[in-house]
Amino acid sequence: MSLMINIVSGALILVGLTFFLAAAVGIVRFPDFYTRMHAAGKGDTLSTILILLGVALYTVGDFSIETLLVAIKIMAIAVFIMVTSPTSTHALMQAGYDDGIKPFEKEKEDKKDSEDQPEV
Amino acid sequence: MKHGISSHQGLLGDAVQKQWPPRPMYRFLIFILILANWLIFSGLFGAFHIGLGILCAGIVTFVSSDLMFEDRSKSIAERMQEISRLPSYLVWLLWQIVLANVYLLKLALSPGGLEEVSPRIVRFNTKLKSDFARFVLAQSITLTPGTVTVKIVGDEFYVHAISKAAADGLDGAMEGWIAHVYEPEVKAKPA
Repeated sequence: MSLMINIVSGALILVGLTFFLAAAVGIVRFPDFYTRMHAAGKGDTLSTILILLGVALYTVGDFSIETLLVAIKIMAIAVFIMVTSPTSTHALMQAGYDDGIKPFEKEKEDKKDSEDQPEV
Repeated sequence: MKHGISSHQGLLGDAVQKQWPPRPMYRFLIFILILANWLIFSGLFGAFHIGLGILCAGIVTFVSSDLMFEDRSKSIAERMQEISRLPSYLVWLLWQIVLANVYLLKLALSPGGLEEVSPRIVRFNTKLKSDFARFVLAQSITLTPGTVTVKIVGDEFYVHAISKAAADGLDGAMEGWIAHVYEPEVKAKPA
């Protein structure tokens, strides 16, 4: 049973790290400030949830009230990150936008089709 | 949002500068929430520590319960219904986050991924009325990778999307869900 839990939590952490890797690569590869914020600011939403879930699961491996409380605290961190991370991303994006950083755009045809985006 | 005046009432007319009915249940609910936090974070269940917790939660509730659930135009029963509709939305949102993260991972790691990156700023008007529902929508848009809310001007959302596919994802399904949870009286236009 505890082996099962170890394997599952290990797998969760590994998948989370893969998403983190993608975010890190994205920061290097993406073309401009805004797209890099996409990778930096919230490539970590799912990966953080997965890693913390893995750690929490590992903690409740030997079940008791105390380990359960620790697991709840760990998941509370995940909730805080899900609230604060978009807020800080949003603040940086707005600061960049108001500061007049030109968003990178592809060719003309792409631009045209962004103009006839359907409403909502 | 102004203190003590809900945006709903503000929209309906100017004759509503009055406060809501007292609704003491909100205080009780806040007390219970703070106490639950105390119990989880202390992890000590002796009579002494629980007594301390009740004392502290009581003081905090007395001093600052006005700051939580600022908008008390809804009764506690309505608020509970609202909260009971929330989990299904959260599950849906979590699934959207998974899908979008996989998409972003593909974009970042695959050799041809950069071909698909063509950022754009999408604008749309929201039908959500209350500040809190708009806040939830903005946070949800930002949480799902590929799209970030840049700013909200009046009713208009400025959303930066990393590619065409990400921009197409903003089809109003999310807004519909949030309207369903917080403002069932607003019928969001189906996409």
